[in-house]
Amino acid sequence: MISQLLNTLYVQTQSAYVHLDHDTLVVEVDKTVRLQVPLHHLGGLAVFGNVLISPFLIHRFAEDGRSIVWFDQNGRFRARLVGPVSGNVLLRRAQHEAYEDPDRRAFLARRFVTGKIRNARHVLLRAMRDYPDVGSRVEAAARELENCLKEANRATDLEEIRGVEGRAAAVYFSVLDCLILNKDAAIRFEVRTKHPPRDPVNSLLSFAYTLLAHDCASACEGVGLDPQVGYLHALRPGRPALALDLMEEFRAFLADRLVLTILNRRQISEKDFIERPGGAVLLTDQARRTFLEAYQRRKQEEITHPLLRQQVPVGLLPHIQARLLARYLRQDAAEYAPFVAR
Amino acid sequence: MEELVPISALQHYVYCPRQCALIHVEQVWEENLYTLRGQRLHQTVDVPDSALRDGLRVERALPLWSEKLGIVGRADVVEFLPDGTPYPVDYKTGPRRARRADEVQLCAQALCLEEMLGRAVPSGALYHHASRRRREVRFTAELRAEVEKVVAEVRELLGNDRLPAPAADSRCRDCSLVEACMPHALRGLPAWLEREWK
Ligand code: SF4
Repeated sequence: MISQLLNTLYVQTQSAYVHLDHDTLVVEVDKTVRLQVPLHHLGGLAVFGNVLISPFLIHRFAEDGRSIVWFDQNGRFRARLVGPVSGNVLLRRAQHEAYEDPDRRAFLARRFVTGKIRNARHVLLRAMRDYPDVGSRVEAAARELENCLKEANRATDLEEIRGVEGRAAAVYFSVLDCLILNKDAAIRFEVRTKHPPRDPVNSLLSFAYTLLAHDCASACEGVGLDPQVGYLHALRPGRPALALDLMEEFRAFLADRLVLTILNRRQISEKDFIERPGGAVLLTDQARRTFLEAYQRRKQEEITHPLLRQQVPVGLLPHIQARLLARYLRQDAAEYAPFVAR
Repeated sequence: MEELVPISALQHYVYCPRQCALIHVEQVWEENLYTLRGQRLHQTVDVPDSALRDGLRVERALPLWSEKLGIVGRADVVEFLPDGTPYPVDYKTGPRRARRADEVQLCAQALCLEEMLGRAVPSGALYHHASRRRREVRFTAELRAEVEKVVAEVRELLGNDRLPAPAADSRCRDCSLVEACMPHALRGLPAWLEREWK
């Protein structure tokens, strides 16, 4: 499977060979040319599993600042091309300065959390509108999220903000099961489990969040932000704290809604999961592929960005938000406002 | 030591000061149709060499500088007239709206040539790729004074590291940086926040 989304080319055909011919990228399978794309149409390349890339193409991508990401055949992130350090050193410095400033740090943490809560609430309100019999529990939860939102808006201290976020997440996840209209006994959600997920819904959510986290990290890199220096999430070696911050506003809107849709349409069902001894639940390769395709299709859908008042593909939203964030950090914009679905 | 100002920044600045800061401070370089076409065109003029054409000596990609003005850059093409007078030619791909900006840039090249070679450079030309026409530009006292003024303003802009507010006018339609700049969104941000977040 070879597909182009926005300006990223996804190559999933095993044993494909991708190379450079002058200013054109060429994909060959079994020594026959399957695709040729002029480089200037491409911002990035994502390859899955056994796909070879010629060194010259890698060099050229590094030089031009185009991205290459390697996934394994199941869509697990493996590696990413990093060219020479470049870009805006002033932006990276501003990013660190905002981290050192308790007020700006709390402001950003608050905005990420309020964005997250608003979008979570929106998922509940939408369900109430589309399926009037989802129940009064969902309505009560939506009201409770409203309270959390007020509290989050007032909170000035980082611990307090994280506290409200935790509470809001608990309220939201406590009614997520009501939104699964598929009544299969195996597809039920009780409580969020990670590391590892211990039921099918959790394993799907975890996979969706992984994809989203990588998109948010790429969005940060794309505008020259360091994905590791975040505000809401504590700094830890190896943790993409800023990507996780940025991801908060998209979790419900992009990941959760897609998981619900896929389960409700039975595109993925009980047979798509494997339970390992001890209780970890994994997705089959086929289910990963199904989800990945749905995710890519979703990213191509267009919506109106509320602030830009412009039609944009869903997949570009993290990039737009990363740019707005960079503008705030450089004190070019007075404030940062997260993306909020409507 | 005083910061050297790139000659290309002058043209960006005259078009829109924010564009200048986005490129030379923020290092944003978005590709759109114009810049891509421009790059391909520039590949042909970007290779340093000298040659004879119609009896004229022609220098391509000639390094330029002026210590007096504190500017550096490169000329696409400098022709030398039979009497040895340098004649800079700048290649343009975009729409022709940025006229004044192009003239300022060309004149800055001329000032460099005068200082480097010790010869008067009274005129040069802009070559428009779309129409394949040359337009001669005379380096009047007024244009020269404008170059000096612009150099001073650009030096200040690059020195204080801040972005000027977006123009958010008709210039943005032809600007290759419009996606990075977000001119209208940033203009509308305060009112939008007031409505949506307070
Ligand atoms: S988009 Fe408009 S305001 Fe922004 S740099 Fe370009 S011309 Fe200037």
